[in-house]
Amino acid sequence: MNLDDLAEKAEEFRTAEAAVEREVRVCLAASCQSSGALPVFDALTKECGDAGGTCRVKGVGCMGLCSAGPLVAVADKDCDLAGSVLYRDVTPTDAAEIMGSVCGSPVERLRCPIDQPFFARQQRIVLENSGVIDPDSFKGYVAVGGYSALIQVLSEMTSADVLREVTASGLRGRGGGGYPTGLKWSSVAKMPADQKYVICNADEGDPGAFMDRAILESDPHRILEGMAIAAYAVGANKGYVYVRAEYPLAVERVQTAIRKAKRSGFLGGNIGETQFSFEVEVRLGAGAFVCGEETALMASIEGLRGQPRPRPPYPAEAGLWGYPTLINNVETFANITPIIRNGGEWFASIGTEKSKGTKVFALAGTIQNTGLIEVPMGTTLRDIIEVIGGGIPGGKVFKAVQTGGPSGGCVPAEYLDIPVDYDSLKTLGTIMGSGGMIIMDESSDMVDVARYFMEFCMTESCGKCIPCRTGTQQMHGLLDRIAKSQGTQKDLALLEELCEVVQATSLCGLGQTAPNPVLSTLRYFRDEYEAKLSGR
Amino acid sequence: MPLQQSRPPLPGDDKRWKLINATMRRSGYAGHALIETLHSVQDAFGFLDETSMRFVAASLDVPLSKVFGVATFYHLFMLKPKGRHACVVCTGTACYIKGAGSLVEAIEGRFGINPGETTEDNRLSILTARCVGACGLAPAAVVDGDVIGKQSGDDLVAKLEGLD
Repeated sequence: MNLDDLAEKAEEFRTAEAAVEREVRVCLAASCQSSGALPVFDALTKECGDAGGTCRVKGVGCMGLCSAGPLVAVADKDCDLAGSVLYRDVTPTDAAEIMGSVCGSPVERLRCPIDQPFFARQQRIVLENSGVIDPDSFKGYVAVGGYSALIQVLSEMTSADVLREVTASGLRGRGGGGYPTGLKWSSVAKMPADQKYVICNADEGDPGAFMDRAILESDPHRILEGMAIAAYAVGANKGYVYVRAEYPLAVERVQTAIRKAKRSGFLGGNIGETQFSFEVEVRLGAGAFVCGEETALMASIEGLRGQPRPRPPYPAEAGLWGYPTLINNVETFANITPIIRNGGEWFASIGTEKSKGTKVFALAGTIQNTGLIEVPMGTTLRDIIEVIGGGIPGGKVFKAVQTGGPSGGCVPAEYLDIPVDYDSLKTLGTIMGSGGMIIMDESSDMVDVARYFMEFCMTESCGKCIPCRTGTQQMHGLLDRIAKSQGTQKDLALLEELCEVVQATSLCGLGQTAPNPVLSTLRYFRDEYEAKLSGR
Repeated sequence: MPLQQSRPPLPGDDKRWKLINATMRRSGYAGHALIETLHSVQDAFGFLDETSMRFVAASLDVPLSKVFGVATFYHLFMLKPKGRHACVVCTGTACYIKGAGSLVEAIEGRFGINPGETTEDNRLSILTARCVGACGLAPAAVVDGDVIGKQSGDDLVAKLEGLD
């Protein structure tokens, strides 16, 4: 198969639906489903009936503004989210009115302005299909140009060409570490081995982060296509998607996508009538945060307890079952198809000098617009929180934003003008992380926040190395004492000392970064700690 | 020639054992299918008991100690049966900021059970989760598999009282 054949196929799928002019798109991602999107979808489908003809009701993925769900968009068939009429907080009783308005004037009382900064200020690359295509439809994905990057790679590019494009793009790992993706791929590619693996890390354990879930639920084929391209580039023929069992909908959609891609010859043996073969399997997590760490994740795929092991050897040399393994985050794989389609240089033109492309963030906490956004790297925190996020509700005052989950830290109000990229955030004592942003107002007690994260790390510590297993427990005890106003100056000093020891001596990322929330709150909100100290 | 491991008989007539056996067969009874198999046991029976863990250990030819180690390592696996209804309160960061603590307190106050416990009449179990990914709807809880968002302590208690 070459690109022309695929284009022909896509045209065929589009012609089959030529009669449809307008679409009513109902978000059926997890968040909107929790707000009652399924009954809305059923009511709209019933209302549309057979008389639909030029109009159809379609279940789609996440549109971003989760707090206003269930969301329904009415648009021309070829229009993206920006070109649609969006309705918020839709109930099944609104179905008739919405269907009646499809070709007429919009229903004003339900309208959610699409030109508001929340939508207008975003740049959607990873999420381009999210909220537009039906995630369960293989044809829908092909019709918008899906799998063309894979066919292009297989028919026109060598493995070295692919590595060159990915390296030129400047893409860095979206799981939080920010390791250059091109470099990682090249290390795996140059390993001489008969067997190699590609793993997609979808064990999104950071509490408060839901980017990966939304991508998997909205555009699962894009991940499979990205993985297949990676497999071709590094010389692997087997892949795993490791998903949290807490995301049943994402698991189901990925499994459906794998089945359909396989049936159509885009996964499995001799893809696109070439010598290249690639099989993908889903593996379920079982509720262990540490499995987001790559060596622990691989242990879990092998059916063992998810305990990390020392690196080196890195997975690129000896990973799954001892074979060279490429392991990337969901969002990293989601960036691959646009890089191949538009070239690495195009991607490198977006973002900042050292952080290229866009980043998806999950906004949550005390903020007006909770949901999912995608912005170019280098957008300031103030823009994200005050403009796109709509600021703090209820007239409260912003206090801090927490990024990077239990491994990250807080950024207080005075640093809001800093551009968001891997390196700037590091200078503030926090990290980019996978993209969770928790916004806190004046009512949040920072000592309690630090205690919350330490409790998280304490219960999630796998127990393998002593600094993490015992250190997190001791730090939690000290924080608990201080939070209850029973701590002393000595306790605070001991806490700081422990932070250093645990950071320096733990085996894996979980332990090494566990002190971060404490260190960062101490850096910016030390007065809150001191105000709670009793006696000397 | 490798010794052919003889597989143990199914522990009982219950049809659910066949489902579990099918999961193991699909992976050729490989040891790395352990976690998948335990998921399948928990889906079928609701929790992992000694009989099932012994059966899985013998079938996959892994030591029972390893099966127990894996079962206790991962938070999702339960070694005790749940009540007829289960309420999982999300304690992820977004829910914590928006008051997940008050949901847990309200349940404790009304039903007298802490997270991880089941009421004496076996009607209700309370659990906590590290983020169910419904951060846009914080604070959220999962009642019998359905995510319900933007809860207050009173809302949630009323909902739980309303279960049969």
